[in-house]
Amino acid sequence: MYLGIVKGTVVAERKASGLEGAKILLVQPVDEHQKPTGDLQAAIDTVQAGPGDLVYLVGSREAALALTPSFVPVDAAIVGIVDGVAT
Amino acid sequence: MKCCRVVGPLWAAVKHPAFARQTLLVVQPLDEHGKDAGASFVAIDRAQAGIGDKVIVLTEGNGVRQILQQGDQVPIRSAIVGIVDAVDIGS
Repeated sequence: MYLGIVKGTVVAERKASGLEGAKILLVQPVDEHQKPTGDLQAAIDTVQAGPGDLVYLVGSREAALALTPSFVPVDAAIVGIVDGVAT
Repeated sequence: MKCCRVVGPLWAAVKHPAFARQTLLVVQPLDEHGKDAGASFVAIDRAQAGIGDKVIVLTEGNGVRQILQQGDQVPIRSAIVGIVDAVDIGS
C-alpha cells in the first residue's frame, strides 16, 4: 500500500463491465512528507475521498479485491482516508 | 520481502472494512548498508514493530491473506512480518 493525494475526478461514461458506478479519482502518489513520488494515476475510490484528501491506496491484484464484485479490471484502489502520519 | 525501517504510524478513521483493528505503519525500504532505498510505503503491522525498528515486510497479497485468515477478498498487499536483529553482509 502507498500514500497519495487526490488531485481530481475522472468521468468515464463507457467502462468495462464490473466498473459500472465506480468512482474514479486522479491521485498523485506521495511519501510520508507529502512529496510526490512517481506519476499521477487513476484509482477507484472505495471510501468517498475527495480532492485534497491524503489517502492510502492498494495496487495490483489486491486493488480489485477492494471492490464488489472483485474480479474487475482495476490496478489501484483508494482504501482509506489518512487523518495523520507520525514521522 | 523487503528490509525496511519503520517511519511511523498512520491514522485513518475512514477505511475499507478489511483494515479494521489493523495497525498501519509507514515503512522506508533500506539497502544492505541500512541506507534509504526507494519510496516509502504503507504496511500493516503483524510483529509489534515500533518507530525506528528495522523490519521484514512481506509485499505480496497472497501471503498476507494466509497470515490474516480473513478469507480471499482482503485488499491488503504489505505486512510487517518480522523485526530484524542484525544483518551480516560479509566483507
